[in-house]
Amino acid sequence: MIHARIRKQFPAGSESAGFRLDLEFQAAEGVAILFGASGAGKTLTLDCIAGFVKPDEGRILLDDRILFDAAAGVNRRPRERQCGYVFQNYALFPHMTLRQNLAFAVERLPRHRRRQKVNEMVERFRLAEVAGRRPHELSGGQKQRCSIARALIGGGSGGPKILLLDEPAQGLDAPLRSELFEVLRQVQEEFSIPILLVTHSLEECFELGGRMHIVRQGHLVQSGTPREIFEKPANLDVARLLGAYNLLPVEIRALDPGRNASRLRFREFDLAGPYFPGRLIGDRVSLCILPQTLRATPRNGLPGPNQTPLGLERVVEMPGRVRMEFEGGVLVEMPGRDFHAHGQVRFWNVEFPREEMRIL
Amino acid sequence: MQVDWFPLWLSLRVAAIATVLAVALGLWVAWLLANKDFRGKEFLDALVALPLVFPPTVLGYYLLVLLGRSSPFGRVYEWITGEPLVFSWQAAVVAALFHSLPLLVKSTRAAIESIDPSFERAARTLGASELRLFWKVTLPLVRRPVFAASALAFARALGDFGVTLMIAGNIPGRTQTISVAIYDAVMAGNASLARLLVIVISVVSLVILTLANRLSGESFGRRASEQY
Repeated sequence: MIHARIRKQFPAGSESAGFRLDLEFQAAEGVAILFGASGAGKTLTLDCIAGFVKPDEGRILLDDRILFDAAAGVNRRPRERQCGYVFQNYALFPHMTLRQNLAFAVERLPRHRRRQKVNEMVERFRLAEVAGRRPHELSGGQKQRCSIARALIGGGSGGPKILLLDEPAQGLDAPLRSELFEVLRQVQEEFSIPILLVTHSLEECFELGGRMHIVRQGHLVQSGTPREIFEKPANLDVARLLGAYNLLPVEIRALDPGRNASRLRFREFDLAGPYFPGRLIGDRVSLCILPQTLRATPRNGLPGPNQTPLGLERVVEMPGRVRMEFEGGVLVEMPGRDFHAHGQVRFWNVEFPREEMRIL
Repeated sequence: MQVDWFPLWLSLRVAAIATVLAVALGLWVAWLLANKDFRGKEFLDALVALPLVFPPTVLGYYLLVLLGRSSPFGRVYEWITGEPLVFSWQAAVVAALFHSLPLLVKSTRAAIESIDPSFERAARTLGASELRLFWKVTLPLVRRPVFAASALAFARALGDFGVTLMIAGNIPGRTQTISVAIYDAVMAGNASLARLLVIVISVVSLVILTLANRLSGESFGRRASEQY
């Protein structure tokens, strides 16, 4: 269990804008994800927890130990914090074999315990065949497993109380990514400690589940399971960050709470939507809707209810489906087979299902 | 021709001792400069680099003042060992040490600073003390550049002339190193001796540098057995 409240101010310099990190979160056993764009302060948060960076204010509690407390003047050194840290480049010591890398982390233990622990980790992370090799002789997956094993073995006497991972899937190819998810699920089952990882990939969040904390410009903007957040992004920034939606500028023309209805103006067309509480007529808002939920049909006569005639500008083939890019920045995704059945069509009617419409 | 080989042996011994001392001192100073922030850091950096730009006579003069028989250091040294430091072969070691130190500090500092910081961070999260971090991680990672730098430092120590002449003098059979002996031979009109010594020192320097280059280029030596 970790509970962190961190504040750190970076004053604006001659070449850099100022930055303020100010967030609070807690994570119990299982996976917690700090999700955000680069420069949002995710890695900085990890570094504050591990003790590489000293916050200005706040308090970091790991289980019942205080790692940092500005008010009480406590700031434990990284080696006393019992935080396992998996670095983005793995940071395996290049002059040591894999076995020596693991042994480095348990050198405070008595000799026989050391050997036992190292052997246990080597077995558990399927490293027995390569234990005598140096990092440059290992494959990416082996390096990754070794760095995770090393982070879990060490961190002082009792092993780490939390595992921190800095963008672990960054730059990995697809097989390696799925291997990583596999290993992390294994860690989650076998070690009952929080796993806190930093990423900007939505795929990782869904693969690993757990709780997601969205960080934007040093602040926590939304927390929840990936599914909750994906279904209800708290605001436009979160929706942009998730990057999966159509975000279309619309104006609210009518609102009728009695009949749970609204009318939205998009370009020169009116769309019928559900009632949006807390909004006023005349508000200019963003219509947030997934490309998979829009329905496009080749234009045949006048557009039907809630359909907008749009010209197709570009088609991107994707695995098993196509992404159609219409004028006005409207994206529609449909199965590739359905799309190709229509042949070459320039003008389409795009239908906005009422129940999928959300405004931000 | 009867050749006195004493200057060659003296030079090799002086350079070897000076290099060992310079590596130890250089590693420490370079580590301080690379890792610690303290007042006067840039001053220390400049001070260490001074011998590179000073004329040897100026460095020699300073050392003479600092280490001479009437200086506090000189007196303590004489009280302990019973002999003055200046104009002894030990003084030649000091001369060679200061002559070669800047080279070692500069390149060792650069090597330490170029280590990926995540290695040091990793070592710390894994519970390593600063001392263990230095011996087990930092030092092995800078081994090659330090080795290359010490070869250069050895060659430089071997070739020192001015500083040695200033504080160790030119006492044949006691403090006369090979570069001083060459000067002596030329001044005395002994052209054949000068030529011989020049050829010898050239060959020795070349061999040392070639050897060092080959050793420092070798990849991480494999240890036959596991660490434990």
